[in-house]
Amino acid sequence: MDDTVKIDVENYKELMKRYIETKDEQSLYEVEQVSKSFIKNHILPDEIVNMHIQALAELYPSLSEDIQSSMNFLLEAMIAYGIAHQEYQMLREKQSELKSEISVAASMQETLLGTIKPEIEGLDIGVISVPAHQMNGDYHHFVKGSDGSLGIAMADVIGKGIPAALCMSMIKYAMDSYPEEAMEPRAILKNLNRVVERNVDPSMFITMCYAQYIPSEHTLRYASAGHEPGFYYNAEKDIFEEMETKGLVLGVTPDADYGQYELNIHKNDLVIMLTDGVTECRDGDRFIESEEVLSVIRQYAHLPAQEMVNQVFKYFERLQNFELRDDFTLLILRREV
Amino acid sequence: MKPQSCVNIKKEWDIVGARQLGRDIAKKVGFGIVDQARIATTISELARNIYLYAEHGQICFEVIDNLEHKGMCMIAIDVGPGIEDIGQVMEDGYSTSGGLGAGLPGVKRLMDEFDLQSEVGKGTRIKAIKWLR
Repeated sequence: MDDTVKIDVENYKELMKRYIETKDEQSLYEVEQVSKSFIKNHILPDEIVNMHIQALAELYPSLSEDIQSSMNFLLEAMIAYGIAHQEYQMLREKQSELKSEISVAASMQETLLGTIKPEIEGLDIGVISVPAHQMNGDYHHFVKGSDGSLGIAMADVIGKGIPAALCMSMIKYAMDSYPEEAMEPRAILKNLNRVVERNVDPSMFITMCYAQYIPSEHTLRYASAGHEPGFYYNAEKDIFEEMETKGLVLGVTPDADYGQYELNIHKNDLVIMLTDGVTECRDGDRFIESEEVLSVIRQYAHLPAQEMVNQVFKYFERLQNFELRDDFTLLILRREV
Repeated sequence: MKPQSCVNIKKEWDIVGARQLGRDIAKKVGFGIVDQARIATTISELARNIYLYAEHGQICFEVIDNLEHKGMCMIAIDVGPGIEDIGQVMEDGYSTSGGLGAGLPGVKRLMDEFDLQSEVGKGTRIKAIKWLR
């Protein structure tokens, strides 16, 4: 209670009296503090006017009736402001309640959808996923098979925020329920497509890419459901290639089929998977070109994979003035030996 | 309890009449000018709702004076469309008058007691009480 000035008619009257006598800045500074404490204590404008009327009546007992009436008039004029202020106060409280509810939901989402980046001999993995708002509509998940293979799912709900996030939990739990033999990329997408088609509102779309790396063969199998195409970096030729994919977005028709592709990964090659939050970064009004994404990746290609994705994110975060317009997920694999 | 005095609300002008009668009663009961102004605002809100949305209705005043309490009760009764979603009209930020009027949540805050009954197609009855402190 240290910084709240005690306010009652007596105090207010003394302060006003001093000001009328001296016209000094000190009194005005003090009344500024009083004004803040009015707000803090939810004193409404009409009550302040009333306090002023009472102080005035005590200081000038012979105040003309006209002036008194004018002050009552002012009080009436302030009533609606007081009500509006109370409403504003309530809405502010409600807003902060909502915010904290959403942050609870967001941390619950992190727990539900959390995935651990696996340690795989000869493979360097980096991943970063940053939501534009509190809740993430992008999703990535690692699945380590008993045969030593590594499955990587990456998905993006068209849309942001809470509905998108809710949708992602469904994808994860559907995927968890598949037996390991069914973990082939095209089979997974086919199954998930059916789940999404049956359970999600037709106005909502999910794009997804599923890749499976088999360390013993150094091959990557992948399939995509309308997902932002990834890139393959051929270290020997020093070129990036777009990863060829063809496949319908999840949930459009009940029985879609997905093509499956295969790549041989050589030493120091990179596999880059991302969501459109990366390729649709904007510099002012201009969408960046995918060459730009690749040149930034190239710039940091000497770093370990995790460091690489972190730096790429930082670059685009800064380019967009630290305001992401879409959820951003970038994953890079590098074959080390 | 003193007998009721009522004002019929048909024209906008009747709102002023209701405010005037209400303010006179509030003064007699002994309310200060802030509470008088709040009571008048409450009457305005209740009467405007009748004027804008109902066929006809009235605002009635009662002075409450018993051993424990002294105060004033305002009752607005109308024959009108009624309120379909009471939860919504009692919600802050929802106001058919475009967010400028106090609306019913504002009335509820200005008063010490507030009660609303409404039946769609029949009408609405709102009761508000301000106690003298």
